[in-house]
Amino acid sequence: MNFLKNKQTRSDFITYGLVIVAFLVVFFMQANHMIPRMFAGQLVPITAYIVMAISLNLVVGVAGDLSLGHAGFMSIGAYTGIVTAVSMQAAGAPQTLALVVSIVVGAVFAAIAGFIIGIPVLRLRGDYLAIVTLAFGEIIKEVVTCLIVGVDAHGLHVVFNLRGNATVNDLHLMDNGIAIIKGAQGASGVSTYSTFVAGFVLIMIALVVVLNLVRSRTGRAIEAVRDNRIAAESVGISVTKYRMIAFVVSAALAGAAGALFGGNFSQLSATKFDFNTSILILVFVVLGGLGNMRGSVIAAAVLTILPEALREFSDYRMLVYAIVLILVMICTNSPQIQGFIARFKPKKKGEAEANV
Amino acid sequence: MSSLNGKSFNPVMNRRSVIASAAGLGVAGILAGCSSEGGDSGSASANSNGGEFKIGAIGPKTGAAASYGLSVCNGVELGCKDFSNDTYNFVSKSEDDVADGEKSVTAFNTLADWGMQALVGPTTTGASVAVAEVAAQDPQIFMITPSASSTDVTKGKTNVFQVCFTDPNQGVNAAKFLAANYGDEKFVLFYNSGDSYSSGIADAFKEQAAESKLEIVDEETFKDDSQTSFTNQLTKAKEKGATMIFAPIYYTPASVLLKNASDMGYEVKMMGCDGMDGILGVEGFDTSLAEGLLLMTPFSADDESNADFVKAYKDAYGKTPDQFAADAYDGVHAVAEALKEAGLPADVDPTEASSKLAEAMTKITVKGLTGTLTWNDKGEVQKDPTAYVIKDGKYVQA
Repeated sequence: MNFLKNKQTRSDFITYGLVIVAFLVVFFMQANHMIPRMFAGQLVPITAYIVMAISLNLVVGVAGDLSLGHAGFMSIGAYTGIVTAVSMQAAGAPQTLALVVSIVVGAVFAAIAGFIIGIPVLRLRGDYLAIVTLAFGEIIKEVVTCLIVGVDAHGLHVVFNLRGNATVNDLHLMDNGIAIIKGAQGASGVSTYSTFVAGFVLIMIALVVVLNLVRSRTGRAIEAVRDNRIAAESVGISVTKYRMIAFVVSAALAGAAGALFGGNFSQLSATKFDFNTSILILVFVVLGGLGNMRGSVIAAAVLTILPEALREFSDYRMLVYAIVLILVMICTNSPQIQGFIARFKPKKKGEAEANV
Repeated sequence: MSSLNGKSFNPVMNRRSVIASAAGLGVAGILAGCSSEGGDSGSASANSNGGEFKIGAIGPKTGAAASYGLSVCNGVELGCKDFSNDTYNFVSKSEDDVADGEKSVTAFNTLADWGMQALVGPTTTGASVAVAEVAAQDPQIFMITPSASSTDVTKGKTNVFQVCFTDPNQGVNAAKFLAANYGDEKFVLFYNSGDSYSSGIADAFKEQAAESKLEIVDEETFKDDSQTSFTNQLTKAKEKGATMIFAPIYYTPASVLLKNASDMGYEVKMMGCDGMDGILGVEGFDTSLAEGLLLMTPFSADDESNADFVKAYKDAYGKTPDQFAADAYDGVHAVAEALKEAGLPADVDPTEASSKLAEAMTKITVKGLTGTLTWNDKGEVQKDPTAYVIKDGKYVQA
């Protein structure tokens, strides 16, 4: 257990352990029908949001770039994932295989989109980057609204409904064909295939990828670019290259999360992945702590359940939700409260020695 | 901001504060978007000794489509009050879904935790498709949607039913009605090609018209961004000698169409579908132009036979009920009839109720506000389409 002596490694393994324990507890309770349906039905969306929060934290927290269009990558992953899974299931592939392949395809397509968008976008800084990513999210939404996709024995049929007069009939599907994406209606009437176990595996993959990236030489370069761009450039670090690495990895993870999310709902319209969703994920990241992956995981899980658990308050639900958010922001930043909590923490050995 | 001119003292802090304030803005946005969500807790009816039977309702009670969702939830509540008897005391609970599939599924699960034995909802089509998939999975819960008109809602599910017509059904019914009553007219088909509701009805109408030997002399289309004037289309239709317009469009473009026809002195009859319900309420529209307009809609608040329902609804909620409220009321009515047909006890298990109710649904006949309703094994409703004609600013049965 020598490697656990490193403080960062220890912290990372606590994060992994936390996720694994949470998964085992929930999985055991679910198998024994000990949790209400309201919560059980949200398990897959929660895992998808956790992966989204981890992926956005890589861009916002680690690379220091504000992205306001992250739901766009989720959207790309969701729709390519749904098309892949439905086509595979129509061809007779088992559900698990279809799910795995759809997540991979969703990740690949989102990564490609992230790369293409990253070329112009990552030459910008600060507010400009935020504005362009915001516009990008809206563009994706409009593009999906124009898309009509179906599958039959001949393969995929795609119509791009630019002038607004094409319908599903224009796909000319054979009798047993399935229309998958129906323009403004989005993907409608497709069977669901996502599972909670797949969501857990995806969270673990996302955590391992992101945490190892951050602790690596590349990760230190990314952080160097964030902390002082000029100093980083002066020692020969390619600013665009390292920001691009963070951006593409993040996009790929968002695409995978999107594919998982898309497979959980029988109906998914493009407007689901709008500006509000991007901001929601940003709220997870900020409240969980910038650059703090464990915080992102917890914040995403808690803040997804919270508004639904508050249904008891009926009309005052969103008000209570907002107050909770504000309290979290104030409390975690208040030096008094931080000092109060720190008093209960046992002094760590390493720190004590360092102080001597 | 300072980081743009390179004089920033601490770029990290600066960037972080920008990010944090953007997130703060987002929270404010979420707050503003959802001012009053939430469910009414179970509202029991007083005058019944029967066992409790729990009916859930789902609809957008906040957001852009809130008027539909509120109508449905009110209709269900009123229905539960009216159909309670000595055997069943119907209790309703409604949840908000903001017309979103994800939220709707959670609302459904929340209601399932409450002990819901049958669902009358959701209201919007997208949410209904998402919920139907969950309702049809094990453990099943019986679902009847008042107002979702897509065939995707019921396709492949045994325990999901609709109160309203599907889009293609409306087109077929309209063609049959016109063939029976206006067989000698020359028709122009006029629809919004960018809208799935409008083009869905139009496609089915064309097919049935060919079968019923209706003479369609012209076909004109428009799109959302060009619905400010229809003079071109009307001129073409007039040249081809059309004497009657069939327009499965919403009421806003329909008011423009009527105005244009009147301005160019084109004497033409017109017929629409349920989307045209509401044309008398269009602001700045001269309602005398709508005199003689035919529309196929399931419900009219002006109809004598609905007076009791309209009065009870107005007393309870202070509004005139629309077709959504009537559809929801009929949904509760159908559940009540199916329960009686299946002979189920009030405390029946939801999963058992689902299969028994689904079986009973195909056998029952409901004399409701929106007609005499029966269901086929696909879950689609079979009822006589009702056509109204506007006379002296009121709907009169045609």
